[in-house]
Amino acid sequence: MFKNFFPYRILSLNKSTIRNLVVLLIIVTFAGLIYSLLLSPPDYIQGDSVRIMYVHVPSSFIALGCFGVIGIASICNLIFKIKFMPLLAKSLAPIGSIFTLISIVTGALWGKPTWGIWWAWDARLTSMVILFIFYIAYILIWKFIENYEKANKISSIIGIVGLLNIPVIKYSVIWWNTLHQPSSITLTSAPTIHYTMLLPLLIMFFVMIIYSLIIFLMKYKTEIIKFKIVKKKNYK
Amino acid sequence: MLSKKVKSRIFFLVLSIITAVLIIFSILKALEENVVYFLSPTEIYNKTDITLDKKIRVGGLVKMNSITKSEKTINFIITDLKKEIIVSYEGLVPNLFSEGKGVVVEGKLRDKKYFVADKIMAKHDENYMPPEVNKALEKSNN
Repeated sequence: MFKNFFPYRILSLNKSTIRNLVVLLIIVTFAGLIYSLLLSPPDYIQGDSVRIMYVHVPSSFIALGCFGVIGIASICNLIFKIKFMPLLAKSLAPIGSIFTLISIVTGALWGKPTWGIWWAWDARLTSMVILFIFYIAYILIWKFIENYEKANKISSIIGIVGLLNIPVIKYSVIWWNTLHQPSSITLTSAPTIHYTMLLPLLIMFFVMIIYSLIIFLMKYKTEIIKFKIVKKKNYK
Repeated sequence: MLSKKVKSRIFFLVLSIITAVLIIFSILKALEENVVYFLSPTEIYNKTDITLDKKIRVGGLVKMNSITKSEKTINFIITDLKKEIIVSYEGLVPNLFSEGKGVVVEGKLRDKKYFVADKIMAKHDENYMPPEVNKALEKSNN
């Protein structure tokens, strides 16, 4: 499984793999959107604004997940100097940052009709903004530091420090009083969300994961090719 | 197995991560009063240094049958099932504000039992279900 992300495997990815994934994406997107926007029931208190959740929760999941991988890749990069780790992390950063933004914006849109306010500086929302800042810092370092080795080192440190923020985001709703509600789906107990809403949510999870995977594979391949070209130039 | 270089890098990284965790932990601990978005009635009751002129937030459940509306003001009781605080508020309440549901209010304490709010936020819990399921649940509870 892990071997599939080695550069030679990515480079030999043929067009049909991506195309098949896109076809799958279109099918599950249609299924997910129709289910979550039309077929699933409204909530007993929130009414139809519960449908924002079907975008909000998977986006947040991907936002956290991408940075988790970036952090772990950064650790592997600093310790074992594995060449393709920074390329992998670099390709995940834009995906994660966009989904962080989507999560924050949809959260605000949901907050207005539910809480009565767009924004609150509670622990969950603030730590999510900090995550976004880490993403931006990570991307900007790769953009503006020309020296590859230097950019690699600094961005890895950003990745590791940002990784410490992930458990803070995850557990903020448990550690402190927050306006944001705790998770409905946990590993340890039964979900507190009715199955007619859980099912479309799971489909939307699948949609966003496939979408991220497609973008990641394309970006990762480009990064590997770019890396090889630059390296060739330097050794001439 | 692992070369000396790699071992020293692991050692250094683990050490710096532990330091960073400790620093972040102590910062969050020191700022806890600011990190916590609202206080519960029990926390207010136990607080020794309450400030009456500073804006704070109190959160909990709206007690059943406690909402009374007069011409302009609306009064209700916030409870965490141990202690209670009477809240008085002037203005519009959010749609989801109702008895038995979570609420967070922002304003000033008059004393430990009385709170004047200038902002009300409805808090939503982690339960999601269709209206019919909720009705069925209520029926079986009664």
